[in-house]
Amino acid sequence: MPLNHPTFIHRTLWVLVAAFGLVHTAHADDRHRGPRLASLPQYAQECGACHVAFPPGMLPADSWQRLMANLPRHFGTDASLDAATVKDLSGWLSANAGTYKRAREAPPEDRITKSAWFTRQHDEVPAAAWKRPAVKSPANCTACHAQADQGDFNEHTVRIPR
Amino acid sequence: MTRSMKITLAGTALVVAAALTPAANAATPAELQAAYSAQSGAAAVPDRGQQLFTTRHGREWSCSSCHGAVPTQPGKHAATGKPIAAMAPAFNPERFTDAAKTEKWFRRNCNDVIGRECSAAEKADVLGWLRTLTR
Repeated sequence: MPLNHPTFIHRTLWVLVAAFGLVHTAHADDRHRGPRLASLPQYAQECGACHVAFPPGMLPADSWQRLMANLPRHFGTDASLDAATVKDLSGWLSANAGTYKRAREAPPEDRITKSAWFTRQHDEVPAAAWKRPAVKSPANCTACHAQADQGDFNEHTVRIPR
Repeated sequence: MTRSMKITLAGTALVVAAALTPAANAATPAELQAAYSAQSGAAAVPDRGQQLFTTRHGREWSCSSCHGAVPTQPGKHAATGKPIAAMAPAFNPERFTDAAKTEKWFRRNCNDVIGRECSAAEKADVLGWLRTLTR
């Protein structure tokens, strides 16, 4: 393939884009110590309709696969989707799933909030705070992490409602 | 069956298909209600829709658990606390403008609230009631 062939240029561009993305997210991780944020409008639209569009890095790929295979029985509710959407979202979730040490193991019931790292990160939160009406559930990230929908879980901006 | 009945039925099927298939998603609340009524063969009964919406059906949640008793204001997801925009179309022009989205949410939420999918008549009733809620 000649160097000025459109396919070659296209591939080269993609390699550069991917390399930049890796370097960029590595820096972001250093600063926020949080899972990297990948975004997919369809994910935010479908999964984010009922709960925070949890960053895919918060669960390992096998947890995502189980969750996506059981959407009609999703933690007590019917979250069923058409087959094409399930396939698209499953592929994206697996590709962006957690692989680093803390998120490699599937938590009990595939619940992010039962992950060992989640418990450790929240060990300073008093038990009563979780039960306040404005919080309701540990899955309600935005109650305390106002920017959770944008993937920002920085502990310096946490505000626990009274 | 007479010839005119066959034609009417075929015409009704076409209207329902056009309103409810993903290929033709854009719709108005009135069109969606008309399609459900055509499917069920009866006009919507808004009072019956209100009854279905606001009462429990042998399970933990009613529609109102998340959408409020009069869904002209934002609701809140009963499990996650996530805000849910108003359901009544007069208070939220995005509601019931997409046939596939409407079908998706009726399917899921009727399963959660009643334990089965809603009939076309029930969907027409609920939509009929929501459309009576005006400013």
